[in-house]
Formats: sequence, structure tokens, C-alpha cells
Amino acid sequence: MSMDRVFKALADKSRRRLLDRLRAKNGQSLGELCEGLAMSRQAVTKHLRILEGANLVATRKEGRLKLHFINPVPINGIAERWIGKFERGPLDALADLKRKLEGTGK
Amino acid sequence: MSESKFVYVTYIRATPEKIWEALTTPEFLQKYWFGVHQESDWKPGSSWTMRMPEIGVTDAGEILEAEPPRKMVIKWRNEFKPELKAAGYTRCTYEIEALGEVTKLTVTHEAPEVMVAAVSLGWPMILSSLKSLLETGQPLPRTDKPKKV
Repeated sequence: MSMDRVFKALADKSRRRLLDRLRAKNGQSLGELCEGLAMSRQAVTKHLRILEGANLVATRKEGRLKLHFINPVPINGIAERWIGKFERGPLDALADLKRKLEGTGK
Repeated sequence: MSESKFVYVTYIRATPEKIWEALTTPEFLQKYWFGVHQESDWKPGSSWTMRMPEIGVTDAGEILEAEPPRKMVIKWRNEFKPELKAAGYTRCTYEIEALGEVTKLTVTHEAPEVMVAAVSLGWPMILSSLKSLLETGQPLPRTDKPKKV
């Protein structure tokens, strides 16, 4: 799975938004994912296809529905590539601090 | 009790047989599970245990399905934290699918809602480590636990 595809998929705001929604609630159908979004069903379908192609979204059939799951494995691969062995702890602490000070998860 | 499901996918340049071996050989498992030990004879109905050197048995359960080198289902319960043990069994499914030069490994873990954090925390790291071990011969180094501010 190429890293180029992961970066291309993540470069789009709407696709990051879809990943945020799956992180908040995993295993959603296309219909659920479209709710409350100012995007056509067609556009969401296209974005999901790109996310799936980058292995950032995994899908499963459940009955008649196709459910979408966030797959963070490629993002972990990116982290492993550039974050050193002993940096994870301090980086997590920094992220924690930023979250506390800014009161946000983003 | 409401259930949560996680699906993790990784593509590995290795044969399904090699991946099956990695999922069922204690020495192999220990390398990419960052020292955690798993034991079973990996046959339907057999017991399965997970232990950590400092703690002892942390998780236990049963092999529900084993279809080498394609599919395995484990009934899995935490034995170490009372609140997780009380939450009951989770169900972990490995699916292995050859796709030309690469093999797709899908891990599906279904667990009661209260166990979401415990279940979802480690898989991306474990799968990255497995991929690294099979493709380069080296697992990922064990990283320090996050420190609290």
C-alpha cells in the first residue's frame, strides 16, 4: 500500500471530516455518513472510495448494508517511519499538554 | 449491552502461510506483540491464553474457528482487570486473503462498549510491527508508555 495514496487521501478536508466522523462512531453506512453533511451522496461515495483505496477505511457487509470502519494502521505506519524509538512518550506528553491548554482534541 | 466493532486491515508482502505461522507460533507472536506471550494449539475448542512476563495471565479464552491459512476466530476475555473481566467476552477474527504479491490481513474485534479503549489501543501498533517483522525481519521497537502531564 503506497504512502502516496495515504497522503493524497488525507490532503482533502472533506475526507478528513469523514474520518473524524468514523472515529467518533465506527461502522457507519453510507446513509449515516451523509447525514448532516453539505455534500452529495455521490461526492461522499467518491471520497470513501479514495479513503478505501488508501486503506484508511475498511468496509464490511452486514446484511444489506455496507459499513465503513476507520483503519488507523497506515497512519501508525507514518508515525513509525518518522517518530523515533524514544520520542513517543515525550510527544504524547506534549500532545496531552496542548489538549489540556487549548481544550480541544484537534 | 451495546457492542462495538473495530476493523483493521494491513497488506503484507508475505504468503498467507507465513502470516498464519506468525499468528500461531508463540516465539513469533512474542516478537511483534512487544513481549506479550500467547499460547494455544490453535484448534477449534482449544484454550487460548495471553500472558505478560511481569503480570502472568492477562487474557484467556477459546479458539472458536481455525481454518489455516485463511481464518481464525478467538473468544477472548480480559482476566486481569476486574471491570474488563466483568464485561465478558470479546470476539477477535483474523482473515487472511492472498492478493497476488501481497496478502491482506483483516482483524475484526467485537467487544462490549466499555472495553473499546482496551481493545482499540494496541492493534495498529501490533499490525505495523507484524508487517515490519515479516517484510524486514525486524519487529518495531517497544516504545515507552505515554507519560501523563
